[in-house]
Amino acid sequence: MKREIPIIITFVTGILMIIDFFVPHPPFGGLSSLFEIFFTIIFSFATILGILALSKINIEKIYRKRETYGYNIVLLVGLVTMIFCGLVWGIGEKSPFDFLYMNFMMPMQSTMFSLLAFFVASASYRAFRARTPEATLLLIAAFFVMLGRVPLGYQMTKWVPEVFPSWLHFLQLPIIANWIMDFPNTAGQRAIMIGAALGIASTSLRLVLGIESAHIGKE
Amino acid sequence: MSLIEKLKNIDRRIIFLIIGLSVIIPLIVPLNLPISVSPPVQATYDYVESIPEGSTILMAFDYDPGTMPELYPMSIAFMRHCFRKNHKIIAVSIWPFGAPLARDAFNQVGEGEYGKVYGIDFVNLGFVPGDVVAIKALARSFREISPKDVDNKPIESFPIMQGIDNFDNIDFVFELSAGFPGIPEWVMIVYGRHKKPMASGCTAVSYPQYSPYYQSGQLKGLLGGLKAAAEYEVLIGMPEKAVSGMDAQSIAHAVIVFFVIVGNVFYFIDSRKRKKI
Repeated sequence: MKREIPIIITFVTGILMIIDFFVPHPPFGGLSSLFEIFFTIIFSFATILGILALSKINIEKIYRKRETYGYNIVLLVGLVTMIFCGLVWGIGEKSPFDFLYMNFMMPMQSTMFSLLAFFVASASYRAFRARTPEATLLLIAAFFVMLGRVPLGYQMTKWVPEVFPSWLHFLQLPIIANWIMDFPNTAGQRAIMIGAALGIASTSLRLVLGIESAHIGKE
Repeated sequence: MSLIEKLKNIDRRIIFLIIGLSVIIPLIVPLNLPISVSPPVQATYDYVESIPEGSTILMAFDYDPGTMPELYPMSIAFMRHCFRKNHKIIAVSIWPFGAPLARDAFNQVGEGEYGKVYGIDFVNLGFVPGDVVAIKALARSFREISPKDVDNKPIESFPIMQGIDNFDNIDFVFELSAGFPGIPEWVMIVYGRHKKPMASGCTAVSYPQYSPYYQSGQLKGLLGGLKAAAEYEVLIGMPEKAVSGMDAQSIAHAVIVFFVIVGNVFYFIDSRKRKKI
């Protein structure tokens, strides 16, 4: 029954949501609104569950003094401090929570994101090689897009309209970059999106009909 | 070890130093490179210009401090444009860290620069949990899913919210997205279900992923990365952080392109040598 009940709930909910979409009249119409409220409540409780799971895992690691248990202590201290400040003084402007957010969270997250530039530069030097025709194509596209999407690219080729006839104006880097983005890129992205959408639809159908049940531990 | 071998195995800290300098130097000594406006940014600007003065705009702050350097200047430029046109702004965040960023932007632009009043000209509804379901619920009723603002005051008490309860009462939606839930989810609800006009801002790295939405007309405009923020600043005639950041980004891109070329030159020399052996 531990496995059958979730399958039945998924089936009933899935079918009701499909009917609600096509039949906007009572008793089906408006069911999705009710389910949205259920979802918001479950979402909030899932957050609490997530915090508890995170705490449990980290406390275990600290207790067993795993190699990097210092990081686990930092994580738990941060978690408890933020929750404590938020619950006691609220999250409004100039509250301790706001202070920690503005002076710790913001610079730390920005730093983490900024570090990407350094790793991208290092990787581009060491790993971005024209080993195959596909990689060469990617390299050429990257060259045009990286330069064409910044003012330097415009500056480098802004003389093109003055020197060449109008039918050769496309030689400006920003125009080449925009063409790559608008045509080859969009075509590829559309193919990925349509493929992913079909995949989601088929997986959802499998879940609703109970064919797919790996998520509840069934083989 | 030959010179090529030495250069091939160059200490990565030297690469880090070069990229660091290529970002810092243009920030200290600006190059003032000219900025050309791309069609998706121009389209966003034109749409905001075209809607009647005093329209109600829903701004979604779905990003966090990690992507702030790209998306915050974008939100500031867009907000300036809206307040200049006397549009009213309702801010909401499906991302938990978005609400304080919206507040900062309102403090700086709304109250600080244009003397707009909270509750009359703009309001911050804060974080609404529930991802795509939250967007769907907001579309149905603001009061039901978010009855209080970010400071826990009932939204009914604000003049800006009088007569506004769902997406049907909104004139335009502008979504600032750094990931999931983001542009696809908002397009699905705002354009797909309610046929409301919307535009978006996203990070440069995710721009290629979302450009089909602009091409198909589901988005009226699309701002991608710091470059688009700089273009918007140029369009509203207020060049600021994004414009000054473009010099640094230009040089950093050029340096990375240089690294790619040099890396490949060494690769070809090396592979030719190996073939000879």
